[in-house]
Amino acid sequence: MSLRDTFRRDQVFGPLRPGTRPVRPGQLDTGGKHILYMEDITVSFDGFKALNDLTLYIEPGELRCIIGPNGAGKSTMMDVITGKTRPDTGSCFFGQTLDLTRMSETEIATAGIGRKFQKPTVFPEHTALENLELAMAGPKGTWQALLQPVTGQQYDWMAQTLETVGLLAQKNQLAGALSHGQKQWLEIAMVLMQKPRLLLVDEPIAGMTRQEVERTAELLQSLAGEHSVMVVEHDMEFIRSIANTVTVLHQGSVLAEGRMQDVQNDPKVIEVYLGETG
Amino acid sequence: MRHSDLTTALTDRTAKTFLGILFGAVLIVALLNLLVPAESGLHVSSYTVSLLGKYLCYALLALALDLVWGYCGILSLGHGAFFALGGYAMGMYLMRQIGDRGVYGHPTLPDFMVFLNWEELPWYWHGFDSFGFAMIMVALVPGVLAFVFGWLAFRSRVTGVYLSIITQALTYALMLAFFRNELGFGGNNGLTDFKDILGFSLREDSTRVALLIASAVALGGAFVLSRWITGTRLGRTVMAVRDAESRARFLGYRTEHYKLWIFTLSAVLAGIAGALYVPQVGIINPGEFSPLNSIELVVWVAVGGRATLYGAVIGAILVNYGKTVFTGVMPEAWLFALGGLFVAVTVFLPQGLVGLAQSLLKPKRQPDATDKEADHEPA
Repeated sequence: MSLRDTFRRDQVFGPLRPGTRPVRPGQLDTGGKHILYMEDITVSFDGFKALNDLTLYIEPGELRCIIGPNGAGKSTMMDVITGKTRPDTGSCFFGQTLDLTRMSETEIATAGIGRKFQKPTVFPEHTALENLELAMAGPKGTWQALLQPVTGQQYDWMAQTLETVGLLAQKNQLAGALSHGQKQWLEIAMVLMQKPRLLLVDEPIAGMTRQEVERTAELLQSLAGEHSVMVVEHDMEFIRSIANTVTVLHQGSVLAEGRMQDVQNDPKVIEVYLGETG
Repeated sequence: MRHSDLTTALTDRTAKTFLGILFGAVLIVALLNLLVPAESGLHVSSYTVSLLGKYLCYALLALALDLVWGYCGILSLGHGAFFALGGYAMGMYLMRQIGDRGVYGHPTLPDFMVFLNWEELPWYWHGFDSFGFAMIMVALVPGVLAFVFGWLAFRSRVTGVYLSIITQALTYALMLAFFRNELGFGGNNGLTDFKDILGFSLREDSTRVALLIASAVALGGAFVLSRWITGTRLGRTVMAVRDAESRARFLGYRTEHYKLWIFTLSAVLAGIAGALYVPQVGIINPGEFSPLNSIELVVWVAVGGRATLYGAVIGAILVNYGKTVFTGVMPEAWLFALGGLFVAVTVFLPQGLVGLAQSLLKPKRQPDATDKEADHEPA
């Protein structure tokens, strides 16, 4: 029993903090300093430690970039946050109360963690607007889906989100017919429709043209503040252009964390990562 | 964003055309059968009336399969089982209607039970003398089976070819079970020698026409219902599950619930089709559970074109008409023709006849701005 197991975040810290109402379990409480707490997380696949005692915190409204060479554990980390992979040890909390290691993928998505996958996975046979309709936060049951039409308010919200990502003109186009970059933005719009507090963005600019990359950088920066955004990306140029805080992963744990300039000059980082890519 | 309600599903152009052709054709056949004297060249025989009724039942079955296969991507190779169960429920009602007019003249027991020296009616035969009860069972039995089966399968995330195989196993197991005399459904002879339905003799032309009209109403109703459902958020979610299930799950949809919903509805529709089929062909036996039937059904939908609803209907009617003609001329070659048809459609017409018609009618889309942008993509 480690100290963290004994004094679990959801059971201890809430009542101890002065001035906060006791929070119902299952409800997101962002009263703490951070919105995401990953502590001592270890995940091993057949003896290989994909994550090794990883500890990472994300603040509300922060735009955080995660970099690291292949196999550093970036995707596994995302999988742990979204509930796709269960950690062997360690704790992962969303806000003060939500223990992500005990929630299903669906529950985590509903609680406010949205993930944009590396490969755009929009629904190709649906229009851009219908894609947003599918992604929209709200009741997801079969009978509601049958009997509750989209309200005007929801329609406006969808149109506004399409506007944010610059796809309003393509709203009635089949998503399968959009360009690669447009699909990536549509996917970001879909994640936004889930009203996420934390947005996980996996390699957003892979395969994009220069103009699309610039547009994506602006988009991600505009999303930070209202949402916490966590970007995993290889492209150093891109990270330099958007990042405030950078976390470097190496062999499943945090190698360095800090402002881009500091991290770039860290000898350890240069050795394992930056040095390789030149 | 289109969220259709029942009114729009009933009045949009496709529905109007479909219902117009369906009821127009049925009305003409009915009038030519009932009003034109048998000597006239325009007379439509009662055989043809029942044949058409049979096609409409097959069309309804194909529509049911299209809902799960075309819209939800679940390739069920056992949908004939739900059809046959609905048929058996109707058959049991029709057996009870025979009363003491059977060969052995027993007041309650059907002939095959007397033949097997059974003393009394098994418990599960009770209630089937009531038409209303039997009709509830027509929907309930396939529905409950599909619900339980689907719940187990979808919850365990059985998909793709594995699901196809277990649906096939389901219908095969039911076929073997229904072949057994002990089960109390007439063994390999099934249920037959029906006399009348709701007091009307099944030999009367008017009864046959009424059954044809009932089949058309059921098909038309199911078509409108399905169009309504596929036009709602539920329908679009079901299609999303078909195209990218894990993505839909990630968006917070319990995809297994959606699959279960559509699978159960489809089984109920298949059961209704079976119930209308039995009085028109006059027999239901375990052969209806044969896996081959379910595979033929898949061919109908594939030929017509998936995910359009009317494509499944067209496919079912055309292939079965072909079968009627073909088995009359060269019965031994039919299975080869069917196999060849399936291969040809899969290779040359992946969207079926409807897809072919659409591509012929619509000019090729002009390449637009998005296509040009796509050129910049790295290979």
